[in-house]
This record gives sequence, C-alpha cells and structure tokens, in this order.
Amino acid sequence: MSSTLASKRFDVKKSLVDAVLAGLIALIVFGPIVGVVLDGYAFNLQPDRVAAMIGAVMLGRFVLSLFLQTPRGLAILAGFETVGSGVHVRDPGYQSHLRWVLPLLVVVALVFPFFASKYLLTVVILGLIYVLLGLGLNIVVGLAGLLDLGYVAFYAIGAYGLALGYEHLGLGFWSVLPLAALAAALAGGLLGFPVLRMHGDYLAIVTLGFGEIIRLVLNNWLAFTGGPNGMSVPAPTFLGLEFSRRAKDGGVPFHEFFGIDYNANFKFLFIYLVLLLVVLLVLYVKNRLTRMPVGRAWEALREDEIACRAMGLNHVLVKLSAFMIGASTAGLAGVFFASYQGFVNPASFTFFESALILAIVVLGGMGSTVGVVLAAFVLTVAPELLRSFAEYRVLLFGVLMVLMMIWRPRGLIRVSRNGVQPRQGVAP
Amino acid sequence: MDGIFLQQMINGLTLGAVYGLIAIGYTMVYGIIGMINFAHGEVYMISAYLAAISLAVLAYFGLESFPLLILGTLLFTICITGVYGWVIERVAYKPLRNSTRLAPLISAIGMSLVLQNYVQISQGARQQGVPTLLEGAFKLNIGEGFVQLTYTKVFILIAAFVGMALLTYVIQYTKLGRMCRATQQDRKMASILGINTDRVISYVFVIGAAMAALAGVLITMNYGTFDFYAGFIIGIKAFTAAVLGGIGSLPGAMLGGLILGVAEAQFSGMVNTDYKDVFSFSLLVLILIFRPQGLLGRPHVAKV
Amino acid sequence: MSEAIVLSVDRLAMHFGGIKALNDVSLTIKRNSISALIGPNGAGKTTVFNCLTGFYSATGGSIKLNARGRTTDVIKVLGEPFEPGDFISPAKFCSRLYYKMFGGTHLVNRAGLARTFQNIRLFKEMSVVENLLVAQHMWINRNLLAGVFNTPGFRKAESQALDHAFYWLEVVDLVDCANRLAGELSYGQQRRLEIARAMCTRPQIICLDEPAAGLNPQETEALSRIIRLLRDDHDQTVLLIEHDMGMVMSISDHIVVLDHGLVIAQGGPEAIRNDPKVIAAYLGADEEELV
Repeated sequence: MSSTLASKRFDVKKSLVDAVLAGLIALIVFGPIVGVVLDGYAFNLQPDRVAAMIGAVMLGRFVLSLFLQTPRGLAILAGFETVGSGVHVRDPGYQSHLRWVLPLLVVVALVFPFFASKYLLTVVILGLIYVLLGLGLNIVVGLAGLLDLGYVAFYAIGAYGLALGYEHLGLGFWSVLPLAALAAALAGGLLGFPVLRMHGDYLAIVTLGFGEIIRLVLNNWLAFTGGPNGMSVPAPTFLGLEFSRRAKDGGVPFHEFFGIDYNANFKFLFIYLVLLLVVLLVLYVKNRLTRMPVGRAWEALREDEIACRAMGLNHVLVKLSAFMIGASTAGLAGVFFASYQGFVNPASFTFFESALILAIVVLGGMGSTVGVVLAAFVLTVAPELLRSFAEYRVLLFGVLMVLMMIWRPRGLIRVSRNGVQPRQGVAP
Repeated sequence: MDGIFLQQMINGLTLGAVYGLIAIGYTMVYGIIGMINFAHGEVYMISAYLAAISLAVLAYFGLESFPLLILGTLLFTICITGVYGWVIERVAYKPLRNSTRLAPLISAIGMSLVLQNYVQISQGARQQGVPTLLEGAFKLNIGEGFVQLTYTKVFILIAAFVGMALLTYVIQYTKLGRMCRATQQDRKMASILGINTDRVISYVFVIGAAMAALAGVLITMNYGTFDFYAGFIIGIKAFTAAVLGGIGSLPGAMLGGLILGVAEAQFSGMVNTDYKDVFSFSLLVLILIFRPQGLLGRPHVAKV
Repeated sequence: MSEAIVLSVDRLAMHFGGIKALNDVSLTIKRNSISALIGPNGAGKTTVFNCLTGFYSATGGSIKLNARGRTTDVIKVLGEPFEPGDFISPAKFCSRLYYKMFGGTHLVNRAGLARTFQNIRLFKEMSVVENLLVAQHMWINRNLLAGVFNTPGFRKAESQALDHAFYWLEVVDLVDCANRLAGELSYGQQRRLEIARAMCTRPQIICLDEPAAGLNPQETEALSRIIRLLRDDHDQTVLLIEHDMGMVMSISDHIVVLDHGLVIAQGGPEAIRNDPKVIAAYLGADEEELV
C-alpha cells in the first residue's frame, strides 16, 4: 500500500489501474444481483443500474486512490498503523462549556411541547426514546466494551411488561415503569451471568440469539401475547386522572379536574415530560457513573481483563452490573414506547432495531454522551421527516457502521478523561 | 421405529449437512483471525439469489438437462460468491486488522445490514423461488405410514459430502492448506516464515464463501423459496453448529451441523414446529454455558 | 502454618494436556523477605507464578497463602471441578458451587497477593491516576447510590483513595505523570507504574514478573531501591522472577532455582552461586559472562 511513496507526487497511471480493477470486480459482484432481477422463474435485465454502479465504484476508487497519494492521504494511511491516538486527559481545572448550554437546552426542551404540533411532538418523543436506548447501550458497548446484539429484547420486555401487566394484573404506567426496569435487569442478569465469564465475542452471538428467542416467543405464544397482532396498552394517567376526553367508569378526566380546555395532545405532552425527566436522570446518572468506582472498573475491564482480575475485581460481576444497568434502561424505554404507541407487537422488536441502536452508539459515541443524544435524533428523526429516503435507511446504517469502524474505531471510547489535581507531599 | 422419526432423521441429516457447509465458513474465519464473521449468513443468502439467477438464465437459453444445469449453476454461484467473500474481507475487515476488539464485530454487523438491504433494493422484498429440478423419490413403507427420500435430498447429501471431502483434502494435503493451518496456529510466526498471511486470510474468506455458496445452491434446490432475510436465521444456526462442534475445528463444524440439523428436525417432528428456532438458539446458549469448547474443540487457555 | 511463612507451596504440579510444565515444586516464602525465582527459559517460572497468583488452576499439590490474618487455599478459591464426595455432603457441595460461581483469580488478590506482568498490562487508555484508583476498587465506597448522589462519605472515600494513589506515585517517582495516559509513558515508567498499581491493592506479598526486563542499569538500580523499600518500610514480602543475576544476587534473601519443572536448589545467594547443579543448569561456568 505504501509503495506509492515514489519520487513522483501523483501516479495517475496507478490510480487508473486501481479504478479499472475495482470496476472489474464491481462488474462481477454487482452484475448478476443488480443487473438480473428475478421475476418468478424468469428474469428482467437491468444493465443501466449495473453501469451506474460500476461507474460510481470506478470513480470512487480513482478519487480515493489519488487522494491517498496526497500528503493528507498518506497521513491517514499512516494513521491506521498507530494505536491509542485521540484520547487525552483534561486539565484538572477543566470545565465544560456545556455547563452554560445545558440549562438553556433543558429550558427549551421544557417549553417546546406547549408550542409544538402533535406530529412534531410524537417525532420528538420517538427521538427521546432512542436517546434512552442509545444511552443504555452506550454503557454496555462504549464503557464496558461488551457487544450486545439482542438489546432489543430488553426493550421488548419493558414494552410487553406494560401490556401484559395491564392485561393480567391490572397494573398501570406508573407501577410498571420501575417494575419493567427491574424485570429487564433481572433478565439481563440471568442471561449475562453464565455468558459473561466466557470469551467476549460469544456474548455478541448469545445476545443475538436471545433477542430472536424473545421475538419468536412473542410471535408464537398466541394465548399469552396475542401473537403477531400484538396487544393494546393502556393510556398513562396522572395521579389516576385520564387524558381522554371522557374518563372511563365515571372518573374525572385530567382537563375537567384542572378546569382547562380539552386538548388531544395531553397524552403525548404527559409522556414527553415524563420521558424528558427520565432522560435527564439517566444522563446525570451516566455522567456520575464515569466518575464512580464501578464506571472506572468497566473501562478497565474493557482495556485489560486479565490485569483487572489481578487487581481483585470480579470480572463477571463487574460486567454483569454494566449489562444489567444497560438492560434496565432499555426496559424503561420499552414502557415509554408502548404507551406512546398505544399497542405493542413483535414487529417492533426485530434485529434491525438492535442494529439501529448500535448504529446510534457507533455514530454518536465519539467520546461523549452528547454524541449519542445527537445521533439518536439524527438517525430516528431524519428518516421520519424524509420518507422517500426510507428504503435506503438500513443500507446507510450499514455503510455508516463499516466506515466508522475504519476511520474512527475509537469513536466508541470516551476520548477525554477527567484530570485530577496532583497532591504533593503525601509520601514521606 | 416409527415413520415420522425416520422421516425427520432424513430431513435433519440433509439440513444438517447444509448447516455444516455454512458452519465451515464461521469456523475457518474464527480459527484464523479469531473473529465471528456476522456477514457470513448474508453470503449464503446472496448465493441463493445467484443460484436462482443462474438457473433462470440457463433455462432462458434452453438448457434442460439436470447435470448441465446444476453444474453450470454450481460453478457460477461458487465463483461469484467467492468474489463476494474476498470483497467483504477486503472492504470491511482488512483495514481493521490492528484495531480494537469490537471494531471488526461492529463492522461485520454493518456489512451484514448492507448486504441484506442491497439485495432487498435490487431484487425486491418479495419471496423468490426456483422450480423443482429433480422429480421423484424413493418410498419406503413402514407400519401405517411411509418414509420418503426425494432424489433432491440424495443429491444434497452426496454434494455436501463431496464438498466436505474436497475441502478436507485441500486443507490436509495441499500447500494452500498447509499455509492456512500454519497461519491458524501462529499468524506472526507464519508471516516471519514468508507466508503472506493477509493473502491466506483472503483465501480463507473465499473458501468459506464457496462452501456457503454450495450450501446456498443445495438449500435452494430443497426448499425452492428464499428471501433477502434468509441469511440471518440460517447464519445463527450455522454458527451454533460451529460452536457445537468446537469452533476452529473443521470436522467439528461438519459434525455440529449434522447434530444440530437432526436435533432440530426431531424437535419439530415431536414437539412443535413454531419453536424450532427457539430450540436451536436455546441450544446455542446452553452449549456456550456448559461446554464452550464444543465437542471437538480444545479448551481455551488464556495467555497471561 | 507458622506466622513466619507467608506462602507455602507443596508438591505443585501443572500439566497442559500431555505437557508437564511443573512436576513437583515445593517452596516456602518467609514473611518480609525478598525471594527470587530463577532458572533457564522454559523452566516453568512463569507457570509457577500463574499458579500462585491464581491464573492457572494447578493440576496437583497445594498452595497456601497466609496473609491478612487468615490462610487461603489458592487452588480452592479458583473453583475446582466437582468430585463424587461433594454430592454426599451438602456443605462441601455448596462451598464448591460458591467458588465455581463467584470464585476466581480476584479472590487470590483479595487474600493479599498482588502481581505484575511480564508484558506490561496497564489500562493504556486511562490516566495514570485512574489506573491506581481501579486498583483500589475493593477499598473504596462502591455503593451505587452514594456515588450517584455524591454523598460526603463517597467524596471522603474518593479523596482517601487519591491520597493513597499519590502516595505510591511519589514512591515510584511518577507524580508529574499523574494526568497522562498510562500508554504514553516510557517503558521504565510503565514498569514502575505497574508496581505502584499492584501496591495500591494493599497486598502483603507482591509477585514481580521480570521487573527489570528492558531497563537500563540506572533504572534497574532505582528498581532495586524500590523493592528494598517495599520490604523495609512497607512490610512487604517480595517474590520475583528475574534474569538479571547482578540484581538478583544483590537484593535477594532467598533464591529458588527451577529447571524442567523441578526445584533444583534453594538457599541464600552465596549458596546458590556456588551450587554445582545450578551452575550446570543455568549460571554456567563463569558468572561474569552473564548479561
């Protein structure tokens, strides 16, 4: 690769050869699948699509090849070789600029729903649910370095917890909220305890299998979960007051109790505000966790498990704590999702959902919690607004994950670490 | 012995042979770079599409004899899928050789999403199918029922066996196989001895993809239908087979495939078809908990 | 076990498949001493270390650690396989199950034994201070609620941990590097940081795996000084593997020589220097030729 370090600055011929080779391979790879579209037992030819793709690949390879010969390109190539770049320790007295921005954002977030339309409100609620999921998975993947591909299972446990709790036990939103977090954490513990003592990569596949098991059970156990048709979920209440126009069983609805005009947005307004509080709480807890012994232990385990064991850390329990905290966050998100949607069905909890949350963490995890929050909004709200683009959404997530791993593999790691004021003279 | 049991045994063995072929891809890649290639299931899915495309094109040109059709399809599918294997490794894994432990795994997930969606966009989301190529079956009367062994299943068993035998020969007796085994034992030492380990890793991906392609043609022949989502479930199951047999071990992958196939078929015959995937995944979790080294694998000793 | 003995190893054996790495290793380490484990490459020194520190589960023999006022059976706490007798006695069964579920290497460290590694294992992308704080995990306030609410008790415990960390940073002369990443330090600094980190777990015996490997003579001299300081001022027992004979002979109170998985000699430096078996197996005829 570095043979291009010749005396000439630009070896256009080499780039051309690269481009032609890439084009040939693109022809072999894309030719049959893109060019020959199956139609029953017959087929239709679509050579124009193949030509366009090959053209794009050749052009891309040519430009990339030229770029990699520029000093900047060479620097990037060299950058692949070094490890551990990009992480730095902050000065002891460092204070983030966020401490000015954050209160402002909170105020905006609190005021916003009273002026928003119902559609906008629902979109933002969805975004916040994914923020919650992203934050939870970021603890598991980003801090503890455990790849959890069945994260959606815990989300499903939360959502179905609300539906089933209402159906069978008559529980409402408020009682299920803590119970769902608990149940999800418990499920995470039961799954994680035996698996976390093994070689790390197995966790990924076991959680992947677990996610599918949960989805298949939800899909097939018609008597209990309603199967593919799903279940309805009760609307949340505020101190027992309902948000509908007329309360059931002769109760008093929210708007009559407070003597205000009925507004169809009340339910979403309520979900939004509670969700916002939970997100802020989780943000705070996560921030604290990175300064707590257990947070440090997670990161240390990610760095070197053997050294951790030699320091007296029970690696299984420490990993389990991260796994369970992550799972309980997903459980919370599930409850919000179920009340927001009004019903639950297994189609919301496919592997794609896990992959989407992972994409949020990968894209946003550039060292900070802020990244996750932004990424969650970008990846969930943007496709919501650009409907025509939806077909390519998964493709883009996939490309994004591969590219992020190639260019910023350390994006998952917290890049700025807290500094400490040195203490002199503690030793004799 | 009752008929259902025997019938499910036959079904299980055919399915298991195919699982074994796909499991080889997982086990070889894991053996050589210690990474789970999540995109391998999608490679199988692509090969199913390629097989259908090849059959359709060959039929268009009026080819009707079964041997020529199947030979042409196998050749076409295996070659193109092999190129896919090479390209996937080159694009998504090779730049990450010295990266963090999680990076290749996440990249593989991304690749898997890309392949799935790419096929969905270019071929449409609907189910695809191929016509039955081999009609007829052996029939055997047992008690009140009968057992049926279709010619297709016989062909699948033979083809899978030949594929595995060929691979065993390549790995055991050729120079390429020797390089693969050396690289698997100690990558650094192998490269010091002048083996181009990057190239060996590429070969391993190509071989794995070729085996998946063989499996893709065979499964497509057996079931007749598939869609862009087919790689996901079969991928996890083949991985289960690889773990069951002992990841990193070639005979283990084949044995694990057969055992898993039979167990799954018997489960759906005796208990419930709806939960057969749940059964396989639970099996995976249980194996990993109680015998992570699998049947033929060696226990993992951490280097300190 | 007598109070003067901190570690006693009896008939230790370790087999990997068919390979017998250790056959019959018996040794005792006196409290508050510096002992060295020497021998040619492949003699089984690191295997002994890994058995002692709980990274390998020994095939046979016993390891008794007598620290922090109690005696710990190192092999038992790692979680042994079940034996027929366990299924008769519920108490034995429960203890076995407990150690199988929650046992492991970490219990050896908690029993008062710390170690360093031959190829340095620092948390490279964490700061130097954080490395030392992780090591004190068992000694600080791990209560989740206390941490989340940042209670005064939690802050006090963190502050004490920082004091302890800076104490050891000063001992190994790394205070200036406190806020750097561990991976950025020079090789010698990393070696010293590893010792400081091991000491932060507040052990009573510390095992150093080739601490002087790759150090220049000045750094080796500084290291010797630190090791003596551990014994004299911090009541530590030090056990080390080392190839630098000059250093071994100058600081050790007791030397154990290993060859082919067997102890071929043990005693004071003078006795070892003149032991014909040791000379034949390891030291060679002329000590001056050794590097």
